[in-house]
Amino acid sequence: MERVAIIGASMTRFGQRDAWVRELLAEAGEAALADAGIAGEDLDHLYVSNMASGEFEGQTGVPNALAHDLAAQPAYTARIDQTSSSGGAGVYAAWQSIASGASDLTMLVGGEKMTHRSTAEATDVIASLTHPVEYKHGVTLPSFAGLTARLYLDTYDAPRESLGKVAVKNHKNGVDNPHAQFRKEVDLETVLESPVVADPLRLYDFCPITDGSAALVFCPESVAEEYVPADEYAVVSGIGGATDTHVVHERADPTTMGGVVDSSEIAYEMAGIGPDDVDVAELHDMFTILEFLQSEDLGFFEKGEGWKAVEAGITDRDGDLPINTSGGLKSKGHPLGASGVAQVYEIFKQVTGDAGPRQVDADTGLACNVGGFGNCVTTAILEGNQ
Amino acid sequence: MSDDDTTETSDATGSADGSDGDEDPVFEAAKYADGTVTYPPHPVGPNGAERVGTVDLRDREARVVTWTTSTATPPGVREPNTLAIVEFDLGDDDNDNDGGRSGPPVRALGQVAADPDGGTFDVAIGDRVEPVYAGELREPGAGIREPESQSWDGFRFRPVE
Repeated sequence: MERVAIIGASMTRFGQRDAWVRELLAEAGEAALADAGIAGEDLDHLYVSNMASGEFEGQTGVPNALAHDLAAQPAYTARIDQTSSSGGAGVYAAWQSIASGASDLTMLVGGEKMTHRSTAEATDVIASLTHPVEYKHGVTLPSFAGLTARLYLDTYDAPRESLGKVAVKNHKNGVDNPHAQFRKEVDLETVLESPVVADPLRLYDFCPITDGSAALVFCPESVAEEYVPADEYAVVSGIGGATDTHVVHERADPTTMGGVVDSSEIAYEMAGIGPDDVDVAELHDMFTILEFLQSEDLGFFEKGEGWKAVEAGITDRDGDLPINTSGGLKSKGHPLGASGVAQVYEIFKQVTGDAGPRQVDADTGLACNVGGFGNCVTTAILEGNQ
Repeated sequence: MSDDDTTETSDATGSADGSDGDEDPVFEAAKYADGTVTYPPHPVGPNGAERVGTVDLRDREARVVTWTTSTATPPGVREPNTLAIVEFDLGDDDNDNDGGRSGPPVRALGQVAADPDGGTFDVAIGDRVEPVYAGELREPGAGIREPESQSWDGFRFRPVE
């Protein structure tokens, strides 16, 4: 099996954008091609990670549209939809295309256009992933977060403030990310006094609705230096994907995300490392509670101890295990199909030493992208080549 | 959207989970060959075991595992919307002929019922609740899902007095 390298990366500014999904995808795609020093016609495969362009704006067929806009024909194209983890699933598909030998040069572009919809409409598009017995009760992803947060706080005797500190940390990190939707610090008092959205969670416990796109270029490691210098590419040393139950209440422990556990075990085994070897991580903090759950289910901390790590500053940018140096979904924004790609973009920047003011000391990084409420998960491990 | 929690199960018409149109609505969970029970029913059990029967949860009590009140609800959903995950204990099963079962308790998620004052009953983790039938949990057609693709009635939960 070929070892797979990432030789180019880009992301657009995340936030409220005038551009529609096709334009957002082209913006990131064009920049990633330039970053790798290649043209669209060089691509064998072109994947688009996108959850719901048809539902959000009535635009389907986005991979072919992007191939045409980038003059990538006759590249093979496919749209990868795995809800909020479409980006991570796209990374998996792109990795697979190179590792299998089916493609010598693959580009993945993830993108979503959401902000033209009202919060209620966007929430309903996302909630449509739920089972009918959940949907008819008006369940939303934020309400799953509220249910889980209450149980976590009660089970592990964690203070409500610990969740707020995730938001404070990630907003602080986002200040140094020029692509982030929010580049503004918030204090704990503001978080704890913001409007209730899904009790006990409040507005600042949730990521925003976002437009944006991100892209990555993949090739076999054996030829990576034909495109970029050795210290400018990273290797996907481990990757795993897994699912948990569709119906959230059927999980034996609602505070454990089985897909995170299973996908990370696969990724760690492939990479030949364990959680203690990870230097930096991007986690899917769509809601603050998810950062606790993932940091535990990835093996960084014992079950019920993730909140203590945040309280102790271990996950700060200058801590022992920086988490969400990009600002996370919380500050950077969450354009569904783009988020998993943007997570890997941040890890790529970190392990190639190109993260600017966000740079931490990192040779190995991990990105965990979660779809639904832990329904589908992809975990990717990148190693730098410096 | 209906917020009518007063409909008695015995008077209700229409189709709840697994019932036919003219019969009383049932709160149908599935039972599998290995003793496991799930709500909702699936073609096979969580361990791949064959589906062998059903259990009606309608007349059973459950315990609140967790709850939330959502204030940002989608189109056609009551606002605020208090939801709970509850756990039924099927250890003493009177509604089937198996004389009890050894599988884990079965959980369900649902809205918390409206109280007589027009608000929603208060619940807390560990509280005992019981199902109460509602003919329409949210307004079909107001959201993105095709109205004919699923049922819209079901069971809310109210505290056991």
